[in-house]
Amino acid sequence: MKRWYAGTALLLAMAVTAAACGAGGRPEGEDAGSTVGITDTTIKIGAHFPLTGVAAPGYSEIPSGHQAYYDYVNANGGVNGRKIEFVVKDDAYNPTNTSQVTNELVLNDEIFAMVSGLGTPTHSAVVDYLNDAKVPDLFVSSGSLQWGDWPKEKPFTFGWQPDYEIEGKIVGDWVKKNMPDAKVGLFLQDDDFGRDGEKGARRYLDDQIVAVAKYTPGNTDVAPQMAQLQAAGVDLVLGFNVPSYTALSQLVSLRIGFKPKWFYSNVGSDPALVGSLLARFSEGAVTDGASMLNGVMTTEYLKGVDAPDDPWMKLWQKVWDEHGADGDLTNYRVYGMSQAYTFVQALQAAGPNPTREGIVEAIEKQGGSFEGPGVAPFRFTGDSHLGMSGMSVVEIQGGVGEDLTPVLVTDLGDAPIKEDDSAAGDEPPSNGIPNVKPAE
Amino acid sequence: MQQLLTTVLTGLTLGVIYAAFALALVLIWRATRIVNFAQAPMAMITTYIALVLIDAGYSYWLGFVAALLSGLVLGAVVERFVVRFVSGKSEVNAVILTLGLFIVLHALAAIIFGSRYRSFPAPFGLRGFQVGDTTIALTGFGVFTILAVGVVMVGLVLLFRGTDLGLRMRASAFNQEVSRLLGVKVGRMLTLGWALAALVGSLSGLLIAGGGLVHPSYMDGVVVYGFVAAVLGGLDSPVGAVVGGVLLGLSLSLVSGYVGSELVPLAALVILMVVLLLKPGGLFASVRERRV
Amino acid sequence: MVRRHLLLALGALVVVVLVLENTSQFRNAQFGAMAYYAIAAGGLTVLTGLNGQLSLGHGALMAVGAYTTALMLQSREDSLPLPVILALAIVVTLVVGALVGVAAARLHGPYLAGATLALAVAVPGIPLFFGEWLGGEQGLNVRLPEIPVWLADAAYFVTGQELTQIRFLAYLGWLAAIVVFVLLANLSRSRIGRNWQAVRDDEVAAELAGINLGRARVQAFVVSAGCAGLAGGLLALSARLAAPSGFTLTLSLLLLSAVVLGGLGSLVGALVGAALLTFLPQVVTGAGTDLGLTDVQAAQLAPLIYGLVTVLVVLLAPAGLAGGLRKLINWRRSS
Repeated sequence: MKRWYAGTALLLAMAVTAAACGAGGRPEGEDAGSTVGITDTTIKIGAHFPLTGVAAPGYSEIPSGHQAYYDYVNANGGVNGRKIEFVVKDDAYNPTNTSQVTNELVLNDEIFAMVSGLGTPTHSAVVDYLNDAKVPDLFVSSGSLQWGDWPKEKPFTFGWQPDYEIEGKIVGDWVKKNMPDAKVGLFLQDDDFGRDGEKGARRYLDDQIVAVAKYTPGNTDVAPQMAQLQAAGVDLVLGFNVPSYTALSQLVSLRIGFKPKWFYSNVGSDPALVGSLLARFSEGAVTDGASMLNGVMTTEYLKGVDAPDDPWMKLWQKVWDEHGADGDLTNYRVYGMSQAYTFVQALQAAGPNPTREGIVEAIEKQGGSFEGPGVAPFRFTGDSHLGMSGMSVVEIQGGVGEDLTPVLVTDLGDAPIKEDDSAAGDEPPSNGIPNVKPAE
Repeated sequence: MQQLLTTVLTGLTLGVIYAAFALALVLIWRATRIVNFAQAPMAMITTYIALVLIDAGYSYWLGFVAALLSGLVLGAVVERFVVRFVSGKSEVNAVILTLGLFIVLHALAAIIFGSRYRSFPAPFGLRGFQVGDTTIALTGFGVFTILAVGVVMVGLVLLFRGTDLGLRMRASAFNQEVSRLLGVKVGRMLTLGWALAALVGSLSGLLIAGGGLVHPSYMDGVVVYGFVAAVLGGLDSPVGAVVGGVLLGLSLSLVSGYVGSELVPLAALVILMVVLLLKPGGLFASVRERRV
Repeated sequence: MVRRHLLLALGALVVVVLVLENTSQFRNAQFGAMAYYAIAAGGLTVLTGLNGQLSLGHGALMAVGAYTTALMLQSREDSLPLPVILALAIVVTLVVGALVGVAAARLHGPYLAGATLALAVAVPGIPLFFGEWLGGEQGLNVRLPEIPVWLADAAYFVTGQELTQIRFLAYLGWLAAIVVFVLLANLSRSRIGRNWQAVRDDEVAAELAGINLGRARVQAFVVSAGCAGLAGGLLALSARLAAPSGFTLTLSLLLLSAVVLGGLGSLVGALVGAALLTFLPQVVTGAGTDLGLTDVQAAQLAPLIYGLVTVLVVLLAPAGLAGGLRKLINWRRSS
């Protein structure tokens, strides 16, 4: 009995002493993390991408674009003497994994900022955490509104590409003007990606939409959805989905003899990628996958590999030839390089001694005037962290997007749609590296 | 009306595949009294082997045969070198063993073949047949699926009922001790049983993959559906496996079409529980349940 | 026996404090994960080891706990205190566990395995179908409430360091784990625990001895379900997310293999299994990339090793690591 009392008392005493001694353990009052990830010669950034899984086709190539451009910049001295190190982790388009790898990136790799984390459902899982931890969350690879429409709640997060709502609006407007009697069906990813696209489309097409079909990424059987759209007699399908599902929806429609006009969001419509997925699916049934996409509409906000004479494309080709990994330059790599270009601009704007808060302020102040490969200007201000403001509607013919409209610019909600090609003419600097001066 | 037809035809095609998988499970159960949960990744690996060959330029049929052959080999190897050591001992251990194999094969496939979603070709048209104005949801590949499974079924029936080898296999499954006394090489029969079962499993893996996307987890759902189909028909009955598979395929397709595809696994669970609680031996039960 | 358990618990608490206060944020997060894996593994090892019921669906039960927790933490401001929320998660999972347990009580061996497998695959589909309320594929974000001021102050007073969200969750997890383990240990040694083992070993004899088979099985299932629910709730807090992708079939299988590795029926084994689940992946992935595999391939090495070791354990050492250790200790004692 007594031995028990003594033992417990001893343990308790040990516990209290040990805990109190812990006070001397680590330096207290660690800096609010504002220069984490930065040394005099390096700056470390990171991102999560689907390197495997249902969203990997296409998207898994984006990091290689980033890497090539950063290598190019590093070879030319880096930014303010610092070389950029880009750490990429695979989340397989699975939000639970995203949470885990983001934890690793922030706590273990100690990145300065997350740059271009990909995916609407995936990034949604970590955006609150990044903002709580005050980690800059720049240029998310997704068009969801969440990244830019609430700068008060998510001050550290910024979008980059045009959001799905304005894409839905611009396409909706074109359809209303050019196909006013068409029965419209929506093919949506069942998350904010699909919801935002639907919101934009309904602004102009609410009375034309007769059916809405949703899919879950991971379940590759889209026959029920296509059957649903077919049963509703749809003439035009607006698809807000990832590339694998573009291929799947095309294939299933072939099987059931469903032949509407198609539109796919720019994140899911790269002809080269989808064509290659389709050609593989069926020996004999589809010999030329790319031609299956003739007549498919989409939107464009960056010049791609189908415009090799564009000054930006010449720059990207040069960067890829000098620093690229194996394989050819694809539109996804161009996307990555364009994002990397914007990041370098932001880093320059943050000055010679960047901090996490500092880079956020710099983008708010100067981001709207960054000149880059996008055809429309950014909307970055103190009140909006949304990315590019517009795009043009194109129709794919022979793997090339032919313009159906000029560059159209708009914003969320009621904002009108205007033509604006002020940014379309921006040329890259001669050495391919931006030259943004910090404010002050 | 078209939706009903589409749903029924899709259900029929899928059901036949589940039947094949269920048949594989039943064969193994009858031989060694083990439910081979690892059948799914085994089939997945043989499908990948086919994919490697097809990607390298060989014809689909070469890949097809290669998958079936590697299924035979894989089944035999697994029985001879792994399962043999737990046969007849605790039930729990056997199940855990197959689950361990499940994990190992999954991970191996991901390492060797990669985790990316890859498309798998189909040798026959993927366009539905045109009947007048409408297209019915039966494709050339769907017809091939039904025929292939039918041929395999008939082949197995002929083997078991018509040949000496089949007789010896059935004897080994029924009573190992007596068969041994009668001179049957029981060990070899069991190995053969697993090999054949794995071959049937490989077939179902190929048929599911055709025209769709392949990735290491693509067969995982099938192990559940195959199991439910097998239980529905009665784990002891090959005929039951086929009937159960087709019934299950139809029911699940109806649920998918009219309720929602997300609830399909739940529907399978409900069917399973109803069968287990009402008629635990399955529809074609030949063994009475022992109640305490 | 109970006193010994309490003494061990106290010692464990001291160790937990020492470890958490002296390691980095990242390690804290890992230890937090180990805590909830240990809780789930503890429940599962008692169910499978003591009572002989093989459940492949505990991932699904964790999902129930996680979603319950997430649903109650949808807004930052007016949410109930965390202990209450976790208690509710446990209760809801207990109810689900009772339903499943009643259905499962009549099944055995592969039938039970298959049914729980079907459960594991079916449950993630439910939040997809009810996407409006349960978040769909994207899942439900969990808005963590602020740490109560009095707690943060007390922690700073005692340890001299700021109590971060991550460390707070790790403490919460370990406190829960210690309480659960003491309860499970006491239960195992009690009459109820002995009844469970009797049911596992010989049904007929147990019934003859007057033990109600059905009730014993359901009891065991419900207890392990409660543990899984608590673990799921803690997981939702740590990952700040409850999504179908977090509760795949793989989770259930890995949980089972962790329990097998540690030793069926052994709580120490459950702890070992949880440690392996948490720490092995990083170690193995690092070794894999050193050997030249790509990141993505190296990430698959951990499950490969689990699977291989599970197979080896079943073939060679069915009592798992803890059992092997016990044998070793006994052998040394006797020689």
